[in-house]
Amino acid sequence: MSPKRNKTVLNVQPAVSWAAGVCRRLSFAAGAAVALLPGGKALAHGFAGARFFPATILTDDPFVADEASLPTFTRPPLGPDGSQEYDLDFDLAKRITPDFGLTFGRGWTYLQPKGAPAVTGWGDLSTGAQYQLFINGDHEAMALAGLNVEWAHTGRVQALGASDFTTLTPTFDWGKGFGDLPDSVKYLKPFAITGNIGFDFPAKTESAGAPNPNNFNYGFALEYPISYLESQVKDFGIRFPFQRMIPLVEFAAATPIDRGGGPTIGTVQPGIIWAGSYFQIGAEMIVPINGQSGKGVGGVIQFHVYLDDSFPNSLGKPIAEWFK
Amino acid sequence: MIRLFLALALLALAAPRAQAHAFLDHASPSVGSTVHGSPPAVQLFYTQNLEPAFSTVQVVDANGKQVDKGNKTVDPKNPAELEISLNTLPPGDYKVIWRVLSVDTHTTEGKFTFTVAP
Repeated sequence: MSPKRNKTVLNVQPAVSWAAGVCRRLSFAAGAAVALLPGGKALAHGFAGARFFPATILTDDPFVADEASLPTFTRPPLGPDGSQEYDLDFDLAKRITPDFGLTFGRGWTYLQPKGAPAVTGWGDLSTGAQYQLFINGDHEAMALAGLNVEWAHTGRVQALGASDFTTLTPTFDWGKGFGDLPDSVKYLKPFAITGNIGFDFPAKTESAGAPNPNNFNYGFALEYPISYLESQVKDFGIRFPFQRMIPLVEFAAATPIDRGGGPTIGTVQPGIIWAGSYFQIGAEMIVPINGQSGKGVGGVIQFHVYLDDSFPNSLGKPIAEWFK
Repeated sequence: MIRLFLALALLALAAPRAQAHAFLDHASPSVGSTVHGSPPAVQLFYTQNLEPAFSTVQVVDANGKQVDKGNKTVDPKNPAELEISLNTLPPGDYKVIWRVLSVDTHTTEGKFTFTVAP
């Protein structure tokens, strides 16, 4: 599933005093539908040849899919002002055609500012559209282009720092497995990397006297699926459920590129995803890269459903195929 | 919106267990293994049942020459097992290339090597 409700910002949704700035700068990742290259047959949740790409938690995925995160629970690191936040995020990705899909996401936040009463409420609604540019099975590679939109005034603007402006974020997401490496380094073959770049274009240049900079968003996930090791390289006898584990580390950051937007912020997130036949469960530690990104360590847990496997003949099919 | 998401979650958990993507669980000879003497066949065991007509496997030597007998079968008693007989293999490295369709039309593929030692 690609553009989820800002996977990049998932773990750094901030306290009132710095929420707006961080949210604007980390903005929403990818989405839309600019068909620049002929698309291959998309197979839902991330297959390219022998490679299975799981849906990562922080960084956007390079494939269109029929999937849902139900939910993602996040306890971000403390905000720079000492506030603590808890988030419940819900995301849905639905293919319209085999290569074109839409995403929807929204999150509920409990925010405890330091020395002030807690506030709760919904964050912004995010939507995305994405197009699968290509899938190359031989080289375990894929990419998509997208456009994500974070909609103004769809969350609690004053209390939670939700946006009073709409942000457009064109993105490019890609993935590459290392299964085509030579046999001399066969134990590196299970490695795969996915990455994304995007640019935020806020519809207002400032809000409440603070600038809304354009941002450059970037991130990657490096993963080592045990199932790939066992089924493609060397069978060490690791069996279910352990063979479904995928150790990984994710990184995402946002850098303002104008309007005096401040320093780069982001997080590093080591963790494990367990990918079953119908759903996956992921857990990661959240480590801010600097003081502006938070204090201490947080965590995130996600339950993620493969709709195409759970409902292969109905909800899990592209909508264009429902009526055939 | 939260009601929609929760409804989807409940539906997913309550859904009848359809067949999903078929992953290779294990094989004989084992993935990446060395066996002594020529094995009579390659057996592949998957996590889901297979569509026999659209599930294939091929075994080739280091030069890419086919060394199987072309008689792949899905075991009727265990539709998650795909098997193919082999010619007598001299010592060397061999590659197994497979592509299968699970019964709900999801395709998966893969390849691995094994070595025949004297």
